[in-house]
Amino acid sequence: MSANPGGIRMPVPRRAPASHRVHGPSALSGDFRRFWSLTFTLARTDFKLRFFGSVLGYVWTLVRPLLLFGVLWVFFTKVGHVNNGNTPGEKFYGAQLLGSIVLFTFFAEATGGAVRSMVDRENLVRKIHFPRLVIPSSVVLLALFNLGLNLVVVMIFALASGVRPMLSWLELPLIVGALLVLSAGVAMLLSALFVYFRDIQPIWDVLSQILFYASPVIISIETVVTKLSSTLLHVYMLNPLAVIFQQFRHAIITSNTLSAGQALGSWTALLEPLAIVLGIFIIGFAVFNRAAEQIAENL
Amino acid sequence: MTEHASSAAVSIESVSKTFRLPHQQYSTLKERVLHPLRTTQYDELHAVKDISLEIAEGEFFGIVGRNGSGKSTLLKCIAGIYGVDTGRISIAGRLSPFIELGVGFNMDLTARDNVVINAIMLGLSRRQAKERFEEVIEFAELSEFIDLKLKNYSSGMLVRLAFATAIQVDAEILLIDEVLAVGDAAFQQKCFEEFFRLKREGRTIVFVSHDMYSVERFCNRAMLMERGDMVQLGDPRAIGRAYHKLNFGQLPHEAPVETQTGADGEGTVIAEAWFQNAAGEKVTSASQEESLSMCFEVRIAEDLVEPVFAATLRTELGHTIIVARSDQHAHSIGSFKAGETLVATFGIPNWLTPSRYLLTPSLAREGTGENALALVEDMASIMVHGTSTGGILELPVDVRIERA
Repeated sequence: MSANPGGIRMPVPRRAPASHRVHGPSALSGDFRRFWSLTFTLARTDFKLRFFGSVLGYVWTLVRPLLLFGVLWVFFTKVGHVNNGNTPGEKFYGAQLLGSIVLFTFFAEATGGAVRSMVDRENLVRKIHFPRLVIPSSVVLLALFNLGLNLVVVMIFALASGVRPMLSWLELPLIVGALLVLSAGVAMLLSALFVYFRDIQPIWDVLSQILFYASPVIISIETVVTKLSSTLLHVYMLNPLAVIFQQFRHAIITSNTLSAGQALGSWTALLEPLAIVLGIFIIGFAVFNRAAEQIAENL
Repeated sequence: MTEHASSAAVSIESVSKTFRLPHQQYSTLKERVLHPLRTTQYDELHAVKDISLEIAEGEFFGIVGRNGSGKSTLLKCIAGIYGVDTGRISIAGRLSPFIELGVGFNMDLTARDNVVINAIMLGLSRRQAKERFEEVIEFAELSEFIDLKLKNYSSGMLVRLAFATAIQVDAEILLIDEVLAVGDAAFQQKCFEEFFRLKREGRTIVFVSHDMYSVERFCNRAMLMERGDMVQLGDPRAIGRAYHKLNFGQLPHEAPVETQTGADGEGTVIAEAWFQNAAGEKVTSASQEESLSMCFEVRIAEDLVEPVFAATLRTELGHTIIVARSDQHAHSIGSFKAGETLVATFGIPNWLTPSRYLLTPSLAREGTGENALALVEDMASIMVHGTSTGGILELPVDVRIERA
């Protein structure tokens, strides 16, 4: 029974550690470093696995939004003549469309992926003690990886179609940040609810489709502003995605299009969708936090 | 934070855990909408019922029980995976977060990636995980296969990889559920040695298993659970017997008379029992094929004519290998006077398979050997080293292959 040569070393246990109570699982427990390294590891692994065995690998992440973009672009500019490029804001319709699609793809991936996440990670949840929030967070982080790469393509496309660098590009982190907070809030809410109600998945599939059409992705805000009454416009702009997408178009693609504030009439009106974003995040966290203790037993 | 002044590493105070199992597995929103007032019907499953227990620092503690007895639930409560309904659990020291081996292993990734991921799950940082990768692979003896995907691994290789990763965890308290079910004999031996090392380092280990052999071998204490209750707590061998009784309604071997001294043999005591090698030296380990003797020393308190000395050799699981008796293996041994001290020696060829064996010496009056004067269970032990062919004995074999 000699010490194993070159074997495993472990630090000798410390003496007389203080006794502490074991609490049940929770959304956030333990140190932040562990939370982050677990979240990052799960997201990284999924990123690696997603295109495992495919020849083109990462290219496929790009192909999906690009294909959707291609179809919509051809249809709405060449066939449908919805946008003929004559109005000032629509000169960069292509870049605007692609940008919005990429942002929406992030939202759809983060939230849609989170729905089943707790159930799919059952083996981890039931066998390891770790902050439960790691799981939906890793789904959102994975979507964020893809968003980062897709945004590079958007910027290349924008520059190629004549967009020039602007000072307002500095708003990008804020815009993406708001979208991230919104997506994380929805992701927490859905992943916790799905454990108890399996109907969440089809419901969310439909809801996110509705959100796609209820946001200025295909149609530009100028069309919306002219078509809708001020009350309806107000309702339309309560959708945080509409505000985020429009501000992206204004700040990144062309300042000729309305900013989110202009579309709403005043900057202060932005507080409403902002409050909705924060509200969803807080509700999402509260629901998840409450469910966290029981999730392992209810899977 | 110190709520316990004792040196208990794990302290469980009247902990209960009940699962509520809805009659219908998944409640749907539609049902909720259609029957808003109907409360869901639940079956209550009392997985753990009011268990109180203290596990001392440095203790190797076993939890045994049949399937569904609540042992894994209790372990998960200690780990903090399940919250408890009543009672409280306190731990002193860092707890390893793993319950089962190879949790989070992904079959589509290589061993290299999986080791790093698994190590991070167990609480190491990415840097530590990468640093210790070589040691893990070396211990698992899988250096040729590090870039092979796990789906191409055999189940034995998977366990080796998982075990090698799991023991990297820097924790004072380890919770282990059902390990060592697979793996070849040589690797199991290695795992056992690793367990002994953990034990020597003073780590606290809570070990859930069906395998009485490993529980009896490693644990200082064990607990038997049945339907959420603690049935028995104490010596692992006693727990092992109770477990077998529970499982099969009987013991794997006839239980010997559990007496230190016979009823009317007041004063006759077995002072010492030991194993010795061919050179007459006392040993606690021996190699195969080197001859071995089972010895014990008795001080008799009465005059005896042709008493029966017996040495029973058992495996740790309790299977009897040999019962050597002076009346069967020796001629007349004569008579002895009260107050004499006698040494009995039973030489055997060492054909034992590598493992640990326990010696039970006994002395009985003339006759069938039933009437024991003194008997001490498992008084001495020996570890046999060598190669194993998988049988329970390594008998000398004369092999001949001829053309008919």
